[in-house]
Amino acid sequence: MQLAHAPARARRERALSPFARTLLALCVLTAPVIAGVLPEDRFDALWHDYNGGDITVQGPSVLVRKKATDNLSLTAGYYEDMISSASIDVKLSASPYHEKRQQENVGFDFLHGKSTYSAGYIHSKEPDYTANTAFYSVTQDMFGDLTTLTLGYRRGWDRVFEDRKDPQTGRIVTDTIIYNGRPATADHRGYTLSLSQILTRNSILSFNYELLTDQGYLANPYRKIRYLSPGGGGLFTLADQVYPNTRTSNAFSVQLKYYLPWHAAVTGQYRFFRDTWGIVANNIELDYTQPWHRWVFDGSIRAYEQTHADFYSDLFPRADFQNFEARDRELAAFHSYTLGVGASYQFGIGSVSWLQKNTINVRADHLIVNYSDFRNALLAGEFGAGDEPLYKLNANIFQVFVSIWF
Amino acid sequence: MSMTSKLMRTLAATTLLAALAGCATPGPWVKPYEREHFADPIMSFARNPVSSTYLDHVLESREGARGATGAVGGGCGCN
Repeated sequence: MQLAHAPARARRERALSPFARTLLALCVLTAPVIAGVLPEDRFDALWHDYNGGDITVQGPSVLVRKKATDNLSLTAGYYEDMISSASIDVKLSASPYHEKRQQENVGFDFLHGKSTYSAGYIHSKEPDYTANTAFYSVTQDMFGDLTTLTLGYRRGWDRVFEDRKDPQTGRIVTDTIIYNGRPATADHRGYTLSLSQILTRNSILSFNYELLTDQGYLANPYRKIRYLSPGGGGLFTLADQVYPNTRTSNAFSVQLKYYLPWHAAVTGQYRFFRDTWGIVANNIELDYTQPWHRWVFDGSIRAYEQTHADFYSDLFPRADFQNFEARDRELAAFHSYTLGVGASYQFGIGSVSWLQKNTINVRADHLIVNYSDFRNALLAGEFGAGDEPLYKLNANIFQVFVSIWF
Repeated sequence: MSMTSKLMRTLAATTLLAALAGCATPGPWVKPYEREHFADPIMSFARNPVSSTYLDHVLESREGARGATGAVGGGCGCN
């Protein structure tokens, strides 16, 4: 088995697309907003640890919320990923790497009558990627406060670079990617509509719709496609990915939460997703929460499935087979399951009057991903290109965090 | 204008008027004093936002889907 490599350059696993990171950060910033009520003052400090597929990601996350006046709540957060990766993608054509990503966010919620106006800014930085996002949303209580409507808009603008190893010095240097004759950038816009509705004295329903558009350099520069080497023999050749420069996606979800008579809660969720790259995805989730004295226990199960992108293939038949070509695992067809358990213990700190409600929390999740058309190319020498076993990912995810209400 | 077109317009106008009329006088069928369960943290869609956001982060980094994760406010009215 002999691989004909494309020019060698540093490769790494990108833990999460920058826009996705921003979206998730936005969830933190907007989640607790309830029209007519400002979020509680609280401090959260979390340590996270992900281990799976020969990737380790650890780091802290901190979030502070504090009311400045009766009508104004301020928030600030910090998040960090320390990544150590020797994933299957890295092993295929490069060396393991270590990297750090840091993200800061600030925002505010302003309450006026039954409306809450929220805005903020997020900045994410890593050696080869910077991302900026500004967002704004309005939340309105209606119909006797049974209904809450939220409209949101966000705009993101990123700069994309590429790390490579200098062959002479052996050091990692960061290069500008030239894309369509200009330094590579990516612009993002997002539109959100959310509606939550109290159905009965024990149940509440939430509906969310999100339209996202991206334009610019959207590929991961470190990942490669592979195609059958001319002459056969079970060999493959690596080459650069070519992505479309636009993407539009629509997603909607519904969540139903029900209060059970024995002081517990159950939540059911469903989400449907579709985009212009041909990916169709569905996921369902069931969560159960059970308080017991000073404890609160959580359990959850989530199932997810998606089809592959139109331009995805694990192994293309030849070079330049089509205009757009990708082999990112995130664009492959697969189904996955996530099982999670958590526990929270509430405690007070004796004589400190403003530290009477604190919790220490732990949570563990196990993720199983079964790919339908992404094969373990590292085994091509044994099985031949295209006949390798399908890749399977198992990962453990741990969180420890402290929450303080003050 | 064809009969079908007229019928469609009439139907649309009637539906719109009916919908607006329906929105005009909504009564809260769950009274404020019946909403104590929504003040319980276990009924929050985002009880631990830092934790749930991190977990979404992990999952979304490995999936093609994105958005509409449902982390929004909840019409509680429990103030």
